[in-house]
Amino acid sequence: MRERVLIGLGLALLLLAASGPLLIAHGRRQLSAAPVLQKPSNAARCILPAETMRRSHMRLLVQWREDVVRRNQRTFVAPDGHSYPKSLTGACLGCHDKQQFCDRCHSYAGVATPYCWNCHNQPAIASTQTGLQPWRSGQ
Amino acid sequence: MKITRKDFLRLSGLSLLAAGAVQAVRRELRAAPAQAPQAGVRWGMVIDLAKCRRDSGCDRCIRACHEAHNVPRIANPRHEIKWIWKQPLASIFPFVKSTYAASSSVEQQAPLLCNHCAQSPCTRVCPTQATWKREDGIVMMDWHRCIGCRYCMAACPYGSRSFNWEEPRPALASIDASFPTRSKGVVEKCNFCAERIARNQLPACVLACPEKAMVFGNLDDPQSAPRALLRERFAVQRQPELGTNPSVFYLV
Repeated sequence: MRERVLIGLGLALLLLAASGPLLIAHGRRQLSAAPVLQKPSNAARCILPAETMRRSHMRLLVQWREDVVRRNQRTFVAPDGHSYPKSLTGACLGCHDKQQFCDRCHSYAGVATPYCWNCHNQPAIASTQTGLQPWRSGQ
Repeated sequence: MKITRKDFLRLSGLSLLAAGAVQAVRRELRAAPAQAPQAGVRWGMVIDLAKCRRDSGCDRCIRACHEAHNVPRIANPRHEIKWIWKQPLASIFPFVKSTYAASSSVEQQAPLLCNHCAQSPCTRVCPTQATWKREDGIVMMDWHRCIGCRYCMAACPYGSRSFNWEEPRPALASIDASFPTRSKGVVEKCNFCAERIARNQLPACVLACPEKAMVFGNLDDPQSAPRALLRERFAVQRQPELGTNPSVFYLV
């Protein structure tokens, strides 16, 4: 009988130790709410549905990078027919802010900051001197 | 009506043949427009040194280029980054030196940039194809792919390439956000303003020159401005004996 109690106690301890990290992670997730992103006020539409972008924006960015640098194809035509320049600074960042948009989600999802920013600029810094503006919808 | 076995076979054979013929004709029709000859493009530049000579202190082409492309100004000459720069004429074209040559012509500062060679040695040695030759003749750089091995710098006979030994951003007075900066550890050089050509604009240096000493255009087009100059004036390329066939010409 005594052994049974000991064995039961040991098993309970083992279970607790094994599930500890999961419980802690769960608690943390409850604490840090998912970032609520505000829709940009200066644009009427998105280039692709939010769900598609959430899942595969990195693939789109790599595709754009290869298209612009290696194939000299610089215009993206969205499924809805609108066209946009294939440019991180010239298109994406015209509506979305790096700190408010990219960084918040990346840090929430535990994604290491991508190295885009080692070279690519944020339009806000220099927008006054270059006249760079958020893209105007062109058809 | 009853059909004989012989007729049936004959009929099916004929219809098979007809179907095949239709396919073949369709394929021919589809292939036809692709065979239309495409006009060649080879971007090139002609620099008139007589015009450049008028103001020896002028560096507007250099400033315009380096501002447009976020080229850092680094004081240490061993770490220096340059897309366009100036050198005394005698160091570019040794043949101008002679016993009786005027020192003014030998010491004249002439602008140098990437030659965008037709036979570019740099693109042949790049192990990652981070630098390659576009079909329009521009020797391009893909800084995403550059691993900083500097083979291209060793291969380039003109010293047109610079390596980022240090972070370039702190050395930039202002950043033009529309063009990316580089990061430490990549090689960079003149890109013939590929981003401007894509928008049908002339290179920044060409527009900045007050004397219009630089003329840019399509070398494959006999009617283009650089071709007209090359027909009328005596022009030289840098070190033609190397067989690289530069796309940048100098009117001496």
